[in-house]
Amino acid sequence: MNRDHPIYLDNSATTPVDPRVAAKMIPWLTEHFGNPASRSHAYGWEAETAVENARAEVAKLVNCDPKEIVWTSGATESDNLALKGAAHFYKTKGRHLVTMKIEHKAVLDTMRELEREGFEVTYLDPEPSGLLDLEKFKAALRPDTILVSVMLVNNEIGVIQPIAEIGEVCRAKGIVFHVDAAQATGKVAIDLEKLKVDLMSFSAHKTYGPKGIGALYVRRRPRIRLEAQMHGGGHEKGLRSGTLATHQIVGMGEAFRLARLEMAAENERIRMLRDRLLEGLRGMEEVYVNGDLEHRVPHNLNLSFNYVEGESLIMGMKELAVSSGSACTSASLEPSYVLRALGRNDELAHSSIRFTLGRFTTGEDIDYAVKLIKERIGKLREMSPLWEMYKDGIDLNAVQWAAH
Amino acid sequence: MAYSDKVVDHYENPRNVGSFAKGEEGVATGMVGAPACGDVMKLQIKVNRDGVIEDARFKTYGCGSAIASSSLVTEWVKGKTIEEAATIKNTQIAEELALPPVKIHCSILAEDAIKAAIADYRKKYGGADAAPSDQAARSPEPVGEPR
Repeated sequence: MNRDHPIYLDNSATTPVDPRVAAKMIPWLTEHFGNPASRSHAYGWEAETAVENARAEVAKLVNCDPKEIVWTSGATESDNLALKGAAHFYKTKGRHLVTMKIEHKAVLDTMRELEREGFEVTYLDPEPSGLLDLEKFKAALRPDTILVSVMLVNNEIGVIQPIAEIGEVCRAKGIVFHVDAAQATGKVAIDLEKLKVDLMSFSAHKTYGPKGIGALYVRRRPRIRLEAQMHGGGHEKGLRSGTLATHQIVGMGEAFRLARLEMAAENERIRMLRDRLLEGLRGMEEVYVNGDLEHRVPHNLNLSFNYVEGESLIMGMKELAVSSGSACTSASLEPSYVLRALGRNDELAHSSIRFTLGRFTTGEDIDYAVKLIKERIGKLREMSPLWEMYKDGIDLNAVQWAAH
Repeated sequence: MAYSDKVVDHYENPRNVGSFAKGEEGVATGMVGAPACGDVMKLQIKVNRDGVIEDARFKTYGCGSAIASSSLVTEWVKGKTIEEAATIKNTQIAEELALPPVKIHCSILAEDAIKAAIADYRKKYGGADAAPSDQAARSPEPVGEPR
């Protein structure tokens, strides 16, 4: 990795396209550029074959039938298709939907839109660990509940939800179960033959594939029906019209093939690096881990450095590419809604940094990061009136702040 | 988020970070903001018998723009009388640092910090000590201040 760019520890935001994936994609741009729907000539036939091979690779990673995979422009579109598609199709059975407060905006905003259409949505709180409590989940279900959506891996804190158990409950009650797995592919094993999941969203660019392509798994047994959201030429069995982007699909297929082959070994290497990062920083005073450490993907570390504001820390670490749950880094000036939902007070949400490691992260990157962070935290705490008050033994919760 | 060079400069080389010793003569403290908002500024001014701010210190919990705003303020208040310091406007701070719209509130907080420090000064040392604004003993204007 070249050093004139920062060290990249923001893999949950996006990942670099693996050079092997990029190499596979390029011929489909300039040489084999046919439209996969062109039935009358070789350009179309070869493109169609490539698309079907890629579809099989995606299916293999998650152990489903290729016929159950629908290509979309990304996980956001898959979420929209799944939620709007299922809610509209099954609306005569009921109008109640259930999800969690810490879902990705692609789910939350789609749920809000469904509320505007007249559906009722329950947004469940996670436990402070970030995990969904199964008893609380069951208690939220009603006779008129038709759809549940819970993400497999959370993008901010990396925790893994109990999807298998949730699936059992939903299947027993005939409720459609959607899972956003954008952050999960290549990180946790997914077996759709075992999991009682009806709809699952996938993204390529979180798994070393290109941006702008994703997929939606739609179960055939028992058969799940959806109302299409994109109308046109009837592609993907009428579920998603639009000419298929062969090069993108080839990219996603190859990315998912590599994930299947390399996931186990890669995860162990990344876990070791993540733990090294954690050990390096844990020795510092007043550092908190956000989210359960055990039910968590090995790539994610989300820490709050008390008494130091997140954006100022990131500014002082230009050599690292990370993200923060601080309000200052979001356009809305509100701190991370995920960390708030965990029960973290606003200060700890403002002081959080998310590190997400990946395939191309090295031990040197981690050691350098640890050194840099310690130095900068030290400097910023010297500058912080809150750290000063803490050191003086003042209880910050008892202070009357003159907020403006 | 791209920062202006001045903001980066104040962040990398902050001026007057720290605190005066407890019980030091002529020191007043203003603390504004709240941890829940992600911005807390502590500004201390050391005022001499003539009502002129001789020295200043700051500590800030907040983003780069907040740190730069408070650092800049400690430079600007030095050598001013209390009255003069009270006229520093957030718009001047924002202009000097080229703050984008989303960061203007940092300059507002810095202006509030000055006012809070002055209010603390008046409370501790009484209101009538300030020197008249046209007094000859006034120190030269600090470098970098807009006209």
